[in-house]
Amino acid sequence: MNIQEALEIVSQTHSGMVRSHNEDSVAYDASCGLVVLADGMGGYNAGEVASGITVSVMSTEIKQRLGSVRPQNKKENGEDIGEALLRENVQKANAAIFSAAQSQPQYAGMGTTVVSALFYDNRVAVAHVGDSRMYRLRGDSFETITRDHSLLQEQIDGGMISKEDARLSRNKNLVTRAVGIDAEVEVETHIHEVQVGDVYLLCSDGLNDMVGDEDIGTTLGMLKANLALAAVQLIEMANDNGGRDNVSVILVKINGDFAAPRGWLAKLLSWLKR
Amino acid sequence: MAKLILSMDGVVLHEYELNKERMTIGRKPHNDVVIDNLAVSGEHAAIVTILNDSFLEDLDSTNGVVVNGGAIKKHFLQANDVIEIGKYKLKYINDKQGQGPQASVEDFERTMVLRAPVKPQAVVPPVAAAEAGGAPVRSPVSPTPAAGHVATGVFAAQTPQSVTPPVTPPVAQPVQQPAATVSPAALQILNGPNAGRELDLVKNLTTLGKPGVQVAVLTRRPHGYFITHVEGANYPSLNGKTLNEQPNQLNNHDIIELAGIKMEFYLKD
Repeated sequence: MNIQEALEIVSQTHSGMVRSHNEDSVAYDASCGLVVLADGMGGYNAGEVASGITVSVMSTEIKQRLGSVRPQNKKENGEDIGEALLRENVQKANAAIFSAAQSQPQYAGMGTTVVSALFYDNRVAVAHVGDSRMYRLRGDSFETITRDHSLLQEQIDGGMISKEDARLSRNKNLVTRAVGIDAEVEVETHIHEVQVGDVYLLCSDGLNDMVGDEDIGTTLGMLKANLALAAVQLIEMANDNGGRDNVSVILVKINGDFAAPRGWLAKLLSWLKR
Repeated sequence: MAKLILSMDGVVLHEYELNKERMTIGRKPHNDVVIDNLAVSGEHAAIVTILNDSFLEDLDSTNGVVVNGGAIKKHFLQANDVIEIGKYKLKYINDKQGQGPQASVEDFERTMVLRAPVKPQAVVPPVAAAEAGGAPVRSPVSPTPAAGHVATGVFAAQTPQSVTPPVTPPVAQPVQQPAATVSPAALQILNGPNAGRELDLVKNLTTLGKPGVQVAVLTRRPHGYFITHVEGANYPSLNGKTLNEQPNQLNNHDIIELAGIKMEFYLKD
């Protein structure tokens, strides 16, 4: 099965019930298995600018590079090209935002979180910076597969505060990393195996701050047959609970196997593409 | 700023602002909160405050620390918690939302970058973590609006965010909210082998039907109940009219028909 048939992708974004504008940006391209979600921050419309730059750099650059490289091939250091593509392009977006912020005073200090995933060869490479998350629903288990770069997560890791108490914290909105605020950014990347039937959720903190993980998981489990409805439902739940932030979701359902072709022809093609 | 109100037998003795990262409570005079009573240990308890969150810790006191009636070793303080040490009570007040609602809500809701060099350490003792989290922050672009964190961008002079002024308290209250505002409802099955059975709609989402064949979902929202088609070639009908893709609000005594089963929706009060 080719990747476009194997993946079902939908996205939704909403400014929420309180904010007058939406600083989140989302994009996906099923033909190359790429999804990107960014949650911008900064005064006036700088947040939109930062998240918009990130999403457009990631989606155009990666799509273009995938015309000439195969994400499942390895680099010299043993890393998947797919994983490296994500990291390099987050860094590229970082440089673009940082230089825009330096040259335009109204954009000073803008930044964004990002979570992005590239599906290929029954795997998914995930890159993230900040507190936008990726979750996986596999069978009955619903869990995060990214770890927030936030003060709260560090407190959880340090044993200061339990996961259950974390929902009560008033320090939820402090991220320890962001794209575009410094000349360099440290991007966290991982590779996960993908199984048929998995549902992946990428979301901005406007969802998981307003709706508990358990409710998100139950909703996805109930409505995964109708992904578009599931996305709408998640946004409605966040808004019904107050909707104090922009809320964005991308859902990816794995409907089939998408192993990379391994015949001699594929090998030849892949060799030619190097 | 959060504070503690010390009282005994209903008489307020003192107020303490939690203006330090770590404040100690004890009998000896070097404590920040001194309670000169023999039931209180020399160093009885400590409160570590990180930005807007405070944590209470029993410092191996002889007589222990009780919060809201239960003994604790460590506790994440919530507004209006009552700490009991011997005969003394300390009420924890965190009235961040009280001081100029707009400004403070904005402060809470905005995602901000904490630019402290916080090293991801595996296991950090609470106090060390507190220091790492709170203190050293570089100030990159704008002057720091509040102690300990730096907002990216200029949102002191924010665009008017108050199209809908946020009235709700700043801390997200999970999920239970809508339940309170909408009256309870149920479905009664009218035909088939389960005729007469009732199904209380106690969850925000209830699915009806058979996965893979025909499924509809009933959603409970603050302004009422809705039915939406989820999957299957056939759509459910409402009072004899076949539904489309859109959610439809349910009214008292509406009749839903799905896969040959008729159900009546009704409000319980």
